[in-house]
Amino acid sequence: MLATCHSCESRNPGEQGVSMKKIEAIIKPFKLDEVKDALHEVGIQGLTVTEVRGFGRQKGHTEIYRGAEYQIDFIPKVKIEIVVVDEMVDDVVRVIQETAKTGEIGDGKIFIFPAEGAIRIRTGERDKDAL
Amino acid sequence: MGAINTGDTAFLMISAALVMFMTPGLALFYGGMVRQKNVLGTLMQSFFALALVTVLWVLVGYTLAFGPDKFGLIGGLKWLGLNGVGQLPDKAYAATIPALVFMAYQGMFAGITPALITGAFAERMKFSAFVVFTAVWSLVVYAPIAHWVWGVGGWIRTLGALDFAGGTVVHISSGAAALAAVLVIGKRKGFAQEIMHPHNIPMTVTGAAILWFGWFGFNAGSALTSGGLAGLAFVTTHISAAAACLGWVTAEWLKTGKPTTLGAASGAVAGLVAITPAAGFIGPLAALALGFIAGAVCFYAVSLKWRFGYDDSLDVVGVHFVGGTLGALATGVLAQKVLNGAGADGLLFGNAALLGKQAVAVAACIIYSFVATTLILRVIDAVIGLRVSDENENVGLDLSQHSEVGYVWHE
Repeated sequence: MLATCHSCESRNPGEQGVSMKKIEAIIKPFKLDEVKDALHEVGIQGLTVTEVRGFGRQKGHTEIYRGAEYQIDFIPKVKIEIVVVDEMVDDVVRVIQETAKTGEIGDGKIFIFPAEGAIRIRTGERDKDAL
Repeated sequence: MGAINTGDTAFLMISAALVMFMTPGLALFYGGMVRQKNVLGTLMQSFFALALVTVLWVLVGYTLAFGPDKFGLIGGLKWLGLNGVGQLPDKAYAATIPALVFMAYQGMFAGITPALITGAFAERMKFSAFVVFTAVWSLVVYAPIAHWVWGVGGWIRTLGALDFAGGTVVHISSGAAALAAVLVIGKRKGFAQEIMHPHNIPMTVTGAAILWFGWFGFNAGSALTSGGLAGLAFVTTHISAAAACLGWVTAEWLKTGKPTTLGAASGAVAGLVAITPAAGFIGPLAALALGFIAGAVCFYAVSLKWRFGYDDSLDVVGVHFVGGTLGALATGVLAQKVLNGAGADGLLFGNAALLGKQAVAVAACIIYSFVATTLILRVIDAVIGLRVSDENENVGLDLSQHSEVGYVWHE
């Protein structure tokens, strides 16, 4: 059995000996199509998208109902999740950052996590062959 | 004498159908303003009220309201179960339409009035308590007040106060009841701390549009004939709604810097409320002035709840109580007998007495409705409890009271 350790290095390379990463990108919703198209061009075959709310340095907005003002802190964003082999991480991050950027506060963030395994449900293929 | 006029009859039946449509329209108006977890609970209250009150009206409400008078206070039980109410006109009411049609038309008013109150206790009332309250209120508060103001022999009618389509009977009675309900039931958990905002303003605007449309039946139909008077009421109603929309939006634009969709819809409704007692007694330009003022005044009135700390969730007090009172008193100022021989002149046309009569009618309806509603609610609270539990208030009325979900976002 392979030992697990808790350092930040890639570990537990999987049965094929290939290390993977999960990339989460939180972006402005209107940028989604652009980012998706750019990811296609660097070879990404699939991804998952969730609608989320959050805030960072970008402030929320004010809503008014019958004269009463409400400060809404949460801002709608889109989260993209992709799992890729390590060699692809730099391209993917670069492409997301270039296309999702507007230069205004609230452009979002990209996070990278280690991924220990991947399985294609239909065929049972694992790791690199499942991506 | 007593011959049916087919034009009047057709018009009254269509008007009755228009007023019927206002209750589900009200349901949508309110439904869009509550949080998503309470949308069905809110819709259900109005929709079910129409059904419940209709059945009671037919059995006993109509005779209590319009039956032969007893002491100026109540109709008797002569027409219990619509006994004696048939296809021939009743000479005392609407001499050219079948008595059944008059009864049905009035029944639509009886149905929507308790539905108006639901906006005050939105998002926190047990459905069982709501059913009992609505049933009792329609018989103990609505029917007597309708008798006083519209019944032959009713003391307010005899006094000479004017209420064309229900400023006192519908709006002030429900508005005062709403204030009583708010004080008895208490605030929603999290009121003024959590953000509680409308979940579906398109639904609310749709409801407001249906109310405006239906109000033509509510006001013009109250002429009880098809002709010049109905035409006057139709026009004053429309002008008041339009002017009030402008009045509210102007006031809010000046105060908050933004004109809102909810404000436009609410303003129109406020104008419709205000014109209700006046529609067949005042002229078009008077309606314009009344509407604009009502829109602005009601906008300011709805902010009173923040100042005084009462949770009138959907502003029944700010719109119906204030708007209805404004309209009823304005009738005392703006009425012209030349427009409607059954009316009178108001203060502006040389007759100060009418305003005094309006004030008496308004005060009597406010006091009676407020006190009676408070008593009814306290008794129901003691027996079965009025509010949902804290946990059910968190979960929402839809699931806790009805085991339903309003919107299903997944398959």
